[in-house]
Amino acid sequence: MTTPAPSHGGALASQADISMEIAAAETVYQRAGIEETQPRLDYPPYRSSLLRHPTKDLHHADPETIERWAPCFGHRDVDPLEADLTIQHGGEPIGERMVVAGRVLDGEGRPVRHQLVEIWQANAGGRYVHKRDQHPAPLDPNFTGVGRCLTDADGSYRFQTIKPGPYPWKNHHNAWRPAHIHFSLFGTDFTQRMVTQMYFPGDPLFALDPIYQSITDAKARERLVAAYDHELTSHEWATGYRWDIVLTGSQRTHMEEEGDDA
Amino acid sequence: MTTLPPTLPPTPGQTVGPFFHYALPYDGDRDLVAPGSAGAIRLRGTVYDGAGTPIPDALIEIWQADPDGSVVQQPGSLRRDGWTFTGFGRASTARDGTYGFSTLTPGPTEEGAAAFFAVTVFARGLLNRLFTRAYLPDDVDALAADALLRSVPESRRGTLVATRDEQGLCFDIRLQGEDETVFLRFPGH
Repeated sequence: MTTPAPSHGGALASQADISMEIAAAETVYQRAGIEETQPRLDYPPYRSSLLRHPTKDLHHADPETIERWAPCFGHRDVDPLEADLTIQHGGEPIGERMVVAGRVLDGEGRPVRHQLVEIWQANAGGRYVHKRDQHPAPLDPNFTGVGRCLTDADGSYRFQTIKPGPYPWKNHHNAWRPAHIHFSLFGTDFTQRMVTQMYFPGDPLFALDPIYQSITDAKARERLVAAYDHELTSHEWATGYRWDIVLTGSQRTHMEEEGDDA
Repeated sequence: MTTLPPTLPPTPGQTVGPFFHYALPYDGDRDLVAPGSAGAIRLRGTVYDGAGTPIPDALIEIWQADPDGSVVQQPGSLRRDGWTFTGFGRASTARDGTYGFSTLTPGPTEEGAAAFFAVTVFARGLLNRLFTRAYLPDDVDALAADALLRSVPESRRGTLVATRDEQGLCFDIRLQGEDETVFLRFPGH
């Protein structure tokens, strides 16, 4: 791909430089006319990827036994209270209380049942409880920003949390990440394992963010954006966002599946 | 094997970012069995970037059969009871880019098959997770017959096979560069 050469070392690139690289990569993608559904691994506008992407093509593999199954998690692993990020401390966290809910499905539309979902996020001020986060926004003593739950028999998950804020990072000068929640997901097959980020509708930072834009296909990018859902919003309590997650196709045969109903 | 064609477009992945350490690691994550317990082996390695610099903010997961070659479907990976082998482990890399697991030797899942750990790699700067395999080095005949290894050019095959020394198994992961690890694309990816 012919993206302008990124500047190494020295002064940080400007947002205009990064935006130009983003636009160039998308133009090349559109001209190629081959649909992509995942982020580019080689995406120079995200500077940290320069030395951390494989340069050789991923090697085709047919999943073998162990890869057609996934780790099993159960009620001994996850306390139901872990799905509520607003009750982990002595008081109410600051920010917009909200519910994030949806379903985890496989590529055939089948629910991924009783499987682990893990999330982590910044607080309302855009600050993570992480020693490497030096953004001078306040920590909230009532908010950690980590949650877990198991999907139910319908593949549904539900978290109550606080809307995270956008935050600055050091990719380039005046770089800001759109507000997001990190999601970690397991499927019925190990090959479906994935980590991603959920975003909020209408974020003005989308066009500027090289991590979001590393998915060069606009339709694919939009699959990471939750929808405001007034049905999930509750009277005088919390706003609601719905986000369904589709994992890649399951390779497990239906015969194997039948024995999996414990 | 019959598989239905995918009908729903998949949700894209995104990088795990720099701030997963307070969320994904948990007590006992890398100890599938207690270190030093009967049958415990050590699987460790270093994760490198394209400049050969160790990566201090990567996360490695393994998923494996038990020593009999059976696929385990037992809960308890997040809250280990000290007795149940679940087959799943997670280890963040240390400041020197190293990771390590205490686990059991995976058995071949079929007669004569080469035994391996299924491995996923996450890191800041890595925009989507990577899959690979860490094969056990011992059964030379099984390795020579393995379909995946045979499909990989001989010069790169070694990146998929752990080495054995007095400390146990060693499996280094190179995201980029001359000895770049072979990473896998499964159907549907």
